[in-house]
Amino acid sequence: MTTVLTPVTAPVARARPALVLAWVGLGLLALAAAWPALLATAAPDTVDPASALAPISPHHPFGTDQLGRDVYSRVVYGTRMSLLIGLGATTLAVTVGALLGVLAAAAGRAVDELFMRITDILLAFPGLLLALLVIAVLGPGAVNTTIALACAAVPGYVRLARGQALVVRRSGYVSAAVVMGRSRVGIFFGHVLPNALPPVLAFAAVDVGTALMASASLSFLGLGAQPPAPEWGSMLAEGRDYLDSAWGLTVFPGLVVTAAVIACYVVGADLRARFEGRGTGGR
Amino acid sequence: MDDEVVSVAGLHVTYRVGRAEVFAVRGVDFHLRAGECLAIVGESGSGKSTVARALVGLTGPGARLRSDRLVVSGQELSRLGDREWRRIRGAQVGLVLQDALTALDPLRTVGAEVAEAARNHGLVRRGEVARRVHRLLTDVQVPQPELRARQYPQQLSGGLRQRALIAAAMAADPPVLVADEPTTALDVTLQAKLLDLLAARKAAGTAVLLISHDLSVVALLADRVAVMRDGEFVETGCTADVLRAPEHPYTRQLLAATPSAHARGARLAGPRSTPARTRTPRPSGVLARVREVSKTFRGPGGARLAAVSEVSFSLSAGEILGVVGESGSGKSTLAHLLLGLLEPDTGTIELFGQPWSGVPEARRQRGRVQWVQQDPLGSFDPRYRVGRLIAEAGVDRARVRELLDQVGLDPAMADRHPRTLSGGQRQRVAIARALARDPEVIVCDEPVSALDVSVQAQILDLFADIRADLGTALVLISHDLAVVHHVADRVLVMRAGTVVESGPVTEVFARPTHPYTAQLIAALPRPGDAYAAHPEGVA
Repeated sequence: MTTVLTPVTAPVARARPALVLAWVGLGLLALAAAWPALLATAAPDTVDPASALAPISPHHPFGTDQLGRDVYSRVVYGTRMSLLIGLGATTLAVTVGALLGVLAAAAGRAVDELFMRITDILLAFPGLLLALLVIAVLGPGAVNTTIALACAAVPGYVRLARGQALVVRRSGYVSAAVVMGRSRVGIFFGHVLPNALPPVLAFAAVDVGTALMASASLSFLGLGAQPPAPEWGSMLAEGRDYLDSAWGLTVFPGLVVTAAVIACYVVGADLRARFEGRGTGGR
Repeated sequence: MDDEVVSVAGLHVTYRVGRAEVFAVRGVDFHLRAGECLAIVGESGSGKSTVARALVGLTGPGARLRSDRLVVSGQELSRLGDREWRRIRGAQVGLVLQDALTALDPLRTVGAEVAEAARNHGLVRRGEVARRVHRLLTDVQVPQPELRARQYPQQLSGGLRQRALIAAAMAADPPVLVADEPTTALDVTLQAKLLDLLAARKAAGTAVLLISHDLSVVALLADRVAVMRDGEFVETGCTADVLRAPEHPYTRQLLAATPSAHARGARLAGPRSTPARTRTPRPSGVLARVREVSKTFRGPGGARLAAVSEVSFSLSAGEILGVVGESGSGKSTLAHLLLGLLEPDTGTIELFGQPWSGVPEARRQRGRVQWVQQDPLGSFDPRYRVGRLIAEAGVDRARVRELLDQVGLDPAMADRHPRTLSGGQRQRVAIARALARDPEVIVCDEPVSALDVSVQAQILDLFADIRADLGTALVLISHDLAVVHHVADRVLVMRAGTVVESGPVTEVFARPTHPYTAQLIAALPRPGDAYAAHPEGVA
C-alpha cells in the first residue's frame, strides 16, 4: 500500500492585502507631499466666503471650511508639512540616538553610566510632555516642533542602540578582531556601528507613524505649524468649533491622519520583520 | 515477526525548496523489536534526523512523506491527522532531542516538563503527578529529584538537562524511544552515563532508535547499525560486523576518520591534497610561560567563582599542546587569558620572552598569537565575505588567495559569503584568517567539535600540515580526548579550573596518575573493543 501524506502545513505564499494597501497609501501621501497640485482640486488658501462651510459635493469632496477653502485640497497640501515633521523628527532622533547609544556602549563605564542615567530621567517623562517642554523653551513653529519631537524620541533610541552595540561587542567577531590587532576605533566603525544599526533603523520604521501622530497632536494644540499654512493637526483644531454644523471639517483630516499612521505602522512593521529576518521563516 | 514494535518500509521524505523537490530520505526500510537498539549513523545532511522525525510526525512544514509501511505498535501512521499524531507522540514513541536547553521550556519547571506527556495521555491522576515525576527522575539517576523537579532547565547542568529530557520522553512509558544525537552536546564522562541510561531502558524492553554521527557512541549501545548517506542506507548489519568488517567504502571511510581508530599522528582523511611547503625556519625555545595564573568571575549572589586557579605551563615553539577537560573546567577562560582577551587576577603570562599580561594593548604584538574559535560563523562579521574576513587581519588580496589555497580551499571562494559554505569550509576560512599574519602560536578552542567525523579528520590533518610546514605551535583545546590524543605532543588535563595532570600525551594516556584522568580515559568510547558487550547482535 502506498500512501501519500499531505503536508500538515504547506508553505503558502500569502498575499498581504493590508500591506499592499499601506504601500499604496504611503505612495499617495508621498505624491501629495511632493506635487500637491497633481491631486488637489483647488489652491489651499483660496478664500471664498460665499461657499463657506459647504457640505460634501462633487466640487468639494470634503466640503469647505469657515473661510470657504476646499478642505480636500487643504488636506492634500497639508501632507507635506505633516510628513516632513514626522520623518524629520524620526531621522533626527535616530541619528542622534544611535550615535549616542553606540558611543555609550563603546566608551568607558563612566560615560555609559552618565548617558544611561540621563536617559532614565528623560524616559521618566511622557514623550509628548517632553516635547511640550522643549517647545515651551524654543517657541512654537514647524521646525521647533520637529526638534521637540526628536528630543522626546532620542532617549529610546539611545537605549536601543546601546543594547544592540553591547550585543555586538560581546560577539565572537569583535573578539576575533581584537585578537587580529585591530584598533578600538577600527572595531567601532568596522563592526560595532554597522552591526548595531540595522535593528535600530527597523525600529525607526515603525516609529515614523508615532511621530506623525505626535506632530498632528502638537499642531492641534497650536504649537506646530502656524496658520494659515495647511496642516492636519491645526485643521482639526480649527474645525472643532464647527463640529455640529460642518463635521467634515474635522472628520476628514482626522481620517487621513489615522490612515497615514496605520499605513506607516503596517509598512514599518513589515520592514522590521524583514530586517530581523523573520520574513524568511521556515527551515 | 510478531514482536516488531516498529516496521518501516519504503520511506521517502521530500522537501520543497523553492520550486525544486529535495529528497531527504529515499527508500529506507527498517524494523525494531522490543528491547532492541538500532542505530542510524551518518553525517549531517544524510537524512538520519528526518527518519527519526518521521516516526513522530514532525518532519516539518513543506515535507512530503511517502511510505509502503510506517507501523508503530501495530498502528499505521502514514495517514494520521494532527489530532491522532498527538496520541502517538509520547505515548507510543518518545523523542529525545540533542539540545536539551532549547528542547525544555525555560518558563516551566523540570517537573512540569517531565510530567507533561504522562498528563496529556491521562495516565496519572493529579495527586500522583509528583510521585510519578520523582520516580521518572530517579530512573534516569537525577540526584535530589525533589529539588530538581522544582528547578528550571537553565538551573541544571547540561548532563542533568539531558537526563530530564529522557525522563520526559519516558514519562508515558512508550514502547519506542527515538534518541536524536542524545550525547553530542555532552562530555565523555556524561556521555558514558547517558548511554548507560539508554542501555537500562533497552534492557527494560524499550525499543531504541539511536541517531548519531559518532560510530564509537553507537558501538556501545546498538545491536544493529544502519549507515546512512544521501537519504539511503548504504550498509546495515549487526554492530560488531559493520564495525569490524565494513563492506561499503563509505562505512570504511567513516571508520578511518575516527581518531581513536588510528595510530597516533596517522593521517585521518587520506593523503594530503596540498603540496608540502618548505618549512620556514623558526627560532626554537619556549614561546609562552604561564605562571600560577588565576581568574575568577562574579557568580550569582556576588560569590566569586574560580574559572582558572593557579595554572602553570609552558609552550615550546612548534609544539602542539592539548588541553582536555569537561565543559566548565576553565579551558576557554585559559584560551582567553592566553589571547589577552582577559587579564589574570593573579599570576603572569609571558609570551615571546616579554610580559603579556598586565601590559597596555599597544605593547602587545597581536599578530604573533592567533585564534580559531569553536563556532566559525560566530567569529565572522555577518556582513563580510570570505576575502574581506581574511583581509581584516591586515593582508592584501594576493595573500588572501594564497592563504585559501594553503588551507585547501578554492581561492575563488574569497567572494563567497560564509553562510553559503559548509561547516568544514568555514573552519578552514577561520584557520586561513588565523594564519594570515604568520603567527607563532594559534590557540584553537574546540576547533572540531561542531564538525562531522570526516570533516574533523580533514581539519586535524590540516593542523598537522600547518605545524609541519610552518612550525606553528598550537594550543588545542578540546573536550574530546581522542582528538587530543591523536594530534597533540603534550597534554594538560583540566578539572574545575586546575591542571590535574600534564605531560607527554603517550605517557599520560598509558599511565594516568590522577584518578580523574583515568576516569576520562576509561569513559572514552572505542569502536575497536566495545562490541564485546553485545555478543548476540541480531541482524
